[in-house]
Amino acid sequence: MTASGPPFRLLPRVDDSNRFYWTSGADGHLRFQRCGDCRHYVHPPAPRCPYCLADALAPEAVSGRGVVHSYTVNMQQWFPDAEPYIIGLVTIAEQDDVRLTTNIIDTEADDMAIGMEVEVDFVEAEDVWLPVFRPVAGAAVTNAAAS
Amino acid sequence: MRADQLLERKAVISGIGQSAVGRRLNRSDLDLTVEAALVAIADAGLTRDDIDGLSTYPGMGMGPGGFAGPAGPDVQDALRLKLNWHDGGGEGPGQIRAVMAACLAVAAGLARHVLVYRTVTESTAQGKGGRQALGGMGGMTGSGGGPPRMMGFMQWTIPFGAVSATNWLAQVARRRMYEFGLTREQLAQIALNGRRNAMLNPIAIFREPLTMEDYLAARMISTPLCLYDCDIPCDGSTAVIVSHVDYAPDAPRSVAHVNAIGTAIRGRPSWDQFDDMTTMAARDAAASMWKRTELTPADVDVAELYDGFSILTMTWLEELGFCGKGESGPFVEGGERIALGGELPLNTSGGQLSAGRLHGFGFLHEACLQLRGEGGARQVAGNPEVAVVANGGGPIAGTMLLTRGPA
Ligand SMILES: [Zn+2]
Repeated sequence: MTASGPPFRLLPRVDDSNRFYWTSGADGHLRFQRCGDCRHYVHPPAPRCPYCLADALAPEAVSGRGVVHSYTVNMQQWFPDAEPYIIGLVTIAEQDDVRLTTNIIDTEADDMAIGMEVEVDFVEAEDVWLPVFRPVAGAAVTNAAAS
Repeated sequence: MRADQLLERKAVISGIGQSAVGRRLNRSDLDLTVEAALVAIADAGLTRDDIDGLSTYPGMGMGPGGFAGPAGPDVQDALRLKLNWHDGGGEGPGQIRAVMAACLAVAAGLARHVLVYRTVTESTAQGKGGRQALGGMGGMTGSGGGPPRMMGFMQWTIPFGAVSATNWLAQVARRRMYEFGLTREQLAQIALNGRRNAMLNPIAIFREPLTMEDYLAARMISTPLCLYDCDIPCDGSTAVIVSHVDYAPDAPRSVAHVNAIGTAIRGRPSWDQFDDMTTMAARDAAASMWKRTELTPADVDVAELYDGFSILTMTWLEELGFCGKGESGPFVEGGERIALGGELPLNTSGGQLSAGRLHGFGFLHEACLQLRGEGGARQVAGNPEVAVVANGGGPIAGTMLLTRGPA
């Protein structure tokens, strides 16, 4: 059985620049900064748009869909008594240069594949909501060579 | 670019030195550093009174226990150096950035003989504190006795149990398998080649034979990387003396001329946001080095390519142009091509996978030994004239091309 993540999660420190991101899951939606001028999504959070340099960033919800760009099954006991868990690198559906290091849940290690379509869920812990992803039921594995 | 604009060619490596290297030596980082420094200074035909520059990577308390090595001021004081130029830090083109900075300093006339060192006591630190992984890049903050909270880059990875560069680079390996058909048997050649060479290196940490069967049966750390894909923490210090090229005729040993350095990073400086996971910053550092030289990959006689993880060496082989993109698997297949007697002898000391994680500077030391013909049982035949050293992985990358004679 593949675990849904490490047995113990060290959490991010919330501050004014990242609070919207780490609390976004409270209403079930994943959010990124988006530029009001050039419409790019920006991650990690930045003071102004790194694409066009406009001072026009505001958090905006995305679909929560993405594609597995790569993954690994962690076997090392960084934490005591850890079962194997899957670390994934997910490219969000909206923009192919925004990736999240995350956990892939509700699947077995042997069923993992690059190109797998996934959707967001959240692990609530203290004051943060950590975005994790599960395979989209019935979705095909897409060719992710360009993703 | 005109040759007289290549300021690194004003620099040579006139002396090299290493401390004792081993597991759990239980000696201080400063003690090891002074030992290596005195060897290097004498090797260069100098005394400590001649040393007027000092540089290190990173120094001053960066990272987990045993990682940083002693701070520059502590080394200066231990040797009572009188410095015209000094420098240290963990940012820049890989660990070797400290050597690059020294080259530019001697070229600019800021110093004439620079002591550059890199010291690790990670093995002793592990013995005292258990396996180190969390917060390897800094970025932890305490919160009144509770577990630390992650900040900076660490906040994006550690909450998901991606706590080690092993986890981050395992995803690079998986992506390479997906894009290029890389196999574990091919990747194994980096570890097996290193072990074969380490068996000829009297100070290597691991000198027992390693077979393909051993490799394939080894426990996984983070799939598809197994135990033998990860380098081995050790204690040790490496020091080099970077001198102005004018000193070369007076140096007692054959110097290594710095032909070109590679310093670029043009993609996003991030382990998970870099545009092409299969290259990361090695692509940019290598390309920038080849723009600064008339030499080509075909001229290289010895390759000392960073192997903190085996997958990084595969990346360097491609990005430095020894084979095409995605072709490093077939290139190393069977291991003959990268062996001591092959067309591209690779990681001749055993690398960090078998000789110990001297963190980049071990490769520089070995390249100088090979160019001098002092490689002993592992000396590459035919009087090698050109060596390339690559340091770093992921968004950290720096390269240096060294030659036996002047350009
Ligand atoms: Zn913009």
